[in-house]
Amino acid sequence: MKRTSLSGLLMTGALLSSVLSASVLLAPGVMAQGATSSDAAGKDWSTPAGSMNSQRFSTLNQITDQNVGKLQVAWTFSTGVLRGHEGAPLVIGNVMYVHAPFPNTVFALDLDHDGKILWKYEPKQDPNVIPVMCCDTVNRGVAYGDGKIFLHQADTTLVALDAKTGKVAWTVKTDDPAKGATGTDAPLVVKDKVYVGVSGGEFGVRGWFAAYSVADGKQVWRGWSMGPDSDTLIQPGKTMNLGKPVAADSSTATWQGDQWKIGGGDTWGWKSYDPKTNLIFYGSGNPSTWNPKQRPGDNKYSMTIWARDADTGSVKWVYQMTPHDEWDYDGVNEMVLTDQEFDGKPRHLLVHFDRNGFGYTLDRDTGELLVAQKYDPAVNWASKVDMDPKSATYGRPQVLPQYSTEHNGEDTNSTNICPAALGTKDEQPSAFSPRTGLFYVPTNHVCMDYEPFRVSYTAGQPYVGATLSMYPPKGETNMGNFIAWDATKGKIVWSLPEQFSVWSGALATAGNVVFYGTLEGYLKAVDAKTGKLLYKFKTPSGIIGNVMTYEHGGHQYVAVLSGVGGWAGIGLAAGLTDPHAGLGAVGGYAALNQYTSLGGALTVFALPQN
Amino acid sequence: MTKCARIFIVACMLTCLTAGLVRAEKPGDPAAVSSEDGKYADKDGNPTYKVGSDGKVDFYSYIGFVRYSANCLQCHGPDGLGSTYAPSLVDSLKNLDYSEVMAIVAGGKKDVSESQQLVMPALGENKNVMCFIDAIYVYLRGRSTGAIGRGRPAEHEPKTDAFTKAEDSCMG
Repeated sequence: MKRTSLSGLLMTGALLSSVLSASVLLAPGVMAQGATSSDAAGKDWSTPAGSMNSQRFSTLNQITDQNVGKLQVAWTFSTGVLRGHEGAPLVIGNVMYVHAPFPNTVFALDLDHDGKILWKYEPKQDPNVIPVMCCDTVNRGVAYGDGKIFLHQADTTLVALDAKTGKVAWTVKTDDPAKGATGTDAPLVVKDKVYVGVSGGEFGVRGWFAAYSVADGKQVWRGWSMGPDSDTLIQPGKTMNLGKPVAADSSTATWQGDQWKIGGGDTWGWKSYDPKTNLIFYGSGNPSTWNPKQRPGDNKYSMTIWARDADTGSVKWVYQMTPHDEWDYDGVNEMVLTDQEFDGKPRHLLVHFDRNGFGYTLDRDTGELLVAQKYDPAVNWASKVDMDPKSATYGRPQVLPQYSTEHNGEDTNSTNICPAALGTKDEQPSAFSPRTGLFYVPTNHVCMDYEPFRVSYTAGQPYVGATLSMYPPKGETNMGNFIAWDATKGKIVWSLPEQFSVWSGALATAGNVVFYGTLEGYLKAVDAKTGKLLYKFKTPSGIIGNVMTYEHGGHQYVAVLSGVGGWAGIGLAAGLTDPHAGLGAVGGYAALNQYTSLGGALTVFALPQN
Repeated sequence: MTKCARIFIVACMLTCLTAGLVRAEKPGDPAAVSSEDGKYADKDGNPTYKVGSDGKVDFYSYIGFVRYSANCLQCHGPDGLGSTYAPSLVDSLKNLDYSEVMAIVAGGKKDVSESQQLVMPALGENKNVMCFIDAIYVYLRGRSTGAIGRGRPAEHEPKTDAFTKAEDSCMG
């Protein structure tokens, strides 16, 4: 699917749409029942991903592929904060809840009265937490349940606010920012519990995932990413890994000494829940440090997909995607739960687009690995994932020595590794449409040089251990793609090149429209079947937030936060350079600061209403 | 124009000129006048870079690039060019001398107001930074004058035994 010219793209597009028009009628892989209100967003958008299965799909269908071209800005709202704005607002009934990065302001806006501010919450936090937040002071949003709004603040305070008044119901400290631990993730509420994870992989913070009681903030359970079984809540002999039971203390066995205590595996990504099995799903991030030589072993369970019992935290299954990481390919990206046909049989699937460039499809009930394919043709660090259950390396990526920073060693610069550390996709979540059976994935198209070296650990200080340079793949200038993916086959269906990484979460709707934002600040709407651009509008700043939709007063609205920043604001602000190009090419790639500037704003779109 | 006014103008010109010169001279002349074990110093004895006519940089500038990119890039951006939330060091170092840079790195810096919260941590206890701080300074000094370009320096002088020894003893 790699394109070298516009005509090539058009041809590919035309070819694909003809193939697609046939296949979409049948919608292979999608089971007949389709989406119901319980597994898709409707009038409300009440969880960070719209629904517990993280599909980011809405059944609203007023805005369609036929009329989306007439979309207009209905209203806007400034958050008053300049840092990077990730995540999306929630809508519950007639109230919208908008969050902002540090200082982690939350607004409740009255949708019945032109977005009048019902209440505003702004915590007082020690500014010393700012520099221990790797990659900007982002926050990915709030959660709702039990009449409360839940926010995981930068300083790792989990706070419950009365949804009506904004008054603090309770607070609890989840970790210690003096060690480099911070809160950036959006919590998820299931029944009587609220689930949170932690950031701090660049500070040697040992990751955990915890459940707190929504009523009073008491911790119900906490499962660590690494450590003895009593910490990880792995049940030896019962917890499964690729079809086999896990042995006792399988985590500590893959670390030298007690390095696991500062081993990272942080859990700052998205969470999904399946009521059928009562399992909660999430991923763990990079092992600390970035220098692989300094931490021999598989470093379990960093870079892992986790399935835990939501009530007890007990681990049903684990799958480590990138054992002994050598590239910072965090495994925290969203776990999308779908019910589709695979090989002619209905299956309960979990689909995950990993930073490492592979799109994984697993059976979410058992953890069986079904598909692992590259979702960007540029991915080169591994040839494939071993899919042979009889093989000794089953489920492991087949790493090419030339791109192995472990193999090449300390103080050696390994070059032209694709993807870069920020991954073929970072936290920006994908969307799934049960109508087309396709995933819509915002991606990065960036490669890197990576040089690991020795580092020393000091609590609360950066613990990185590698230098990297990032640049687009050889011979290409676009740093992102927005793709449609068939997770039952592991194939790209169409791919739209974008000048910059696409760092905005996608939205799919029953109106056959898919929305996403770009780093220049465009909100774009494309045809869900063909990818054809139907509408675009340039918002006040670059978009790293996620698009959402809701209905109010009988009208469908689409909303997105803009406000450039995050990792995207670091590497791209000044433009990337290609260290292997001739001198003349240095600075030849576009700089984001020529297109957009800072500022958090919400833009809400609707069709003309007269 | 009165004599008094003329004197005032001249005085002002001199002051402004001097102030301008002082600002321009803040980090001092970067020309290397001495070297010891591959480490170069300017006329004031402060660490500086050396770029050969073939573009080859001294070893400290090279290692400075490496360590900068691991410890500082997360906020100050690739090649010292700044990010959406931390200033460009290519610009900042034009107006700071060696001792001022050392003080900021070791002690941190806060610029917190209603509209923005810029906070640099105190890195004085961080061996990954402090064991290489002269190298990082030398690299950024070269970036600020334009002597060192963007990206990884293509060629550099060899690592010296003195550097290895200092690194080992500092890192522990």
